[in-house]
Amino acid sequence: MDIFLQQLLNALSLGGTYALLALGLAVVFSIIGLINFAHGELMTAAGYVMAFALAAALPFPLAIALAVAAPVLLATAMERVAFRPVRGASGTTLLLTSFAVSAILRVLFQNFISARPVPVPMPSALSGVINLGPLHLGIIQSISIATTALMLIGLTLFLNRTVAGRAMRAASEDFAIVRLMGLRANGVVATAFAISGLLAGVAGLLWVAQRGSVDPLMGFLPVLKAFIAAIIGGLGSLTGAVAGGFLLGFIEVTLQAWLPEAWLPYRDAVAIMLVIAVLLFRPQGLLARKTVLKL
Amino acid sequence: MTNPAPLLDVSGLTVSYGAVEAVRGIDLKVTKGEIVTLLGANGAGKSSTLNALVGLAPRRARQLSFAGEDIAHLTPELIVRRGMTLVPEGRRIFPTLTVAEHLLLGGAKHAARGPLAETQAEMLALFPILKERLHQKAGSLSGGEQQMLAVARALMSSPDLLLLDEPSLGLAPQVVDRIFALISDLRARGLTILLVEQNVALALDIADRGYVLVNGRIEIAGSARDLMASAAIRDAYLGA
Repeated sequence: MDIFLQQLLNALSLGGTYALLALGLAVVFSIIGLINFAHGELMTAAGYVMAFALAAALPFPLAIALAVAAPVLLATAMERVAFRPVRGASGTTLLLTSFAVSAILRVLFQNFISARPVPVPMPSALSGVINLGPLHLGIIQSISIATTALMLIGLTLFLNRTVAGRAMRAASEDFAIVRLMGLRANGVVATAFAISGLLAGVAGLLWVAQRGSVDPLMGFLPVLKAFIAAIIGGLGSLTGAVAGGFLLGFIEVTLQAWLPEAWLPYRDAVAIMLVIAVLLFRPQGLLARKTVLKL
Repeated sequence: MTNPAPLLDVSGLTVSYGAVEAVRGIDLKVTKGEIVTLLGANGAGKSSTLNALVGLAPRRARQLSFAGEDIAHLTPELIVRRGMTLVPEGRRIFPTLTVAEHLLLGGAKHAARGPLAETQAEMLALFPILKERLHQKAGSLSGGEQQMLAVARALMSSPDLLLLDEPSLGLAPQVVDRIFALISDLRARGLTILLVEQNVALALDIADRGYVLVNGRIEIAGSARDLMASAAIRDAYLGA
């Protein structure tokens, strides 16, 4: 029982990070049909800003604020420079553009920062453990679960209570018609990228907090996982992305805990097989939505 | 005798999608207070014309002016803010958004809350059914209700000129009657309307003037009465 609860918390923490990343991918995809593979570099950017801010001995809250602001700016800049010129182009063009952006950023990180991991000296208070009876809950893990919950609640409120949020939901159903409401298309798209940057930034901080360092390739694997999560959930569905993220987190943690030791190196392969099995039965994903991309 | 300056003044409007020319240099005028109808067979270029007027379709024109101002290079959002909007073909409502959310977004150009609430109250008085459905998702409405929602959403921007694309499409006859009664009502309130409609008899009954589009060109223009009386038009172009 204790072990089960412990693993549940692990799964919530890992799945939550995947969910935030998958959500960031889905927010952009639902509006302009772009799968942004440069999403991982947004995570990495958050990690580097955090590393430098802490190295410069800035106060911790300020460091966090800067580390979250950086990917928001970077995401909107990406949209303005790389994706706006190809908006409305085919899915392949968009995808290749995002690979290019991703590769360029990775090379910039390698050449101007370092190809090696840069340490992110998080405050030592964060590495402690809270003992709740038989449960040992890592502080970083708890923060990760709480942050994910806050982000999900915040995003839900934004999407359902504000004009900009409702415009984004409308745009994910019919972008052209949102323009007929007198709402600026560029504004809606920029907001989507800013939100995806925010989600990537928060996920990036949670990620570096667990590993303690950042390197140019850091974002690749988690974003690949998030992409898989978004596919399981039904690409473009925001609820689906969250569900897919948590599901993937649960699968991975469960396999890690209960797979025979000899099988552990194949954990990811087994996880992907399970994903394929899901897609064989639900090719559209668990919570599929129709994507409307007109004009 | 001088004609008042037209609200919408278009000449040489061309719409092409790649190599395909859907509209080939048409001239069109709509004067304040009129209902003008654009008739023609499927694929004649009617919807393309309306989409081009609001900037949603790729367009070229010698002249494209609305309320005396050149709008040829404006984006749809800016055109809507100047007072011309479109109720698109097929209604294009947002299925997962509520009726209230549609009205809110439709009125997005009203920056202040006062005018927004006022316009919304006006819409709910005009469409009592929408008041009953205010917090329902638009996807759960009937076809007729969705059409009314699409019109109400467009009217929330307080337009001077409303472009209506096939408002009767896919609706039961009595619902169509209600929609057309509504269009007359809107004109009585001072709204100017450019109407695209498959149902030629209905459209000419309500309109002051009409244009007949054939293969992207205007073949005939005239008063609704003349068009109605012209057997040649009916036989040759309208298939009625």
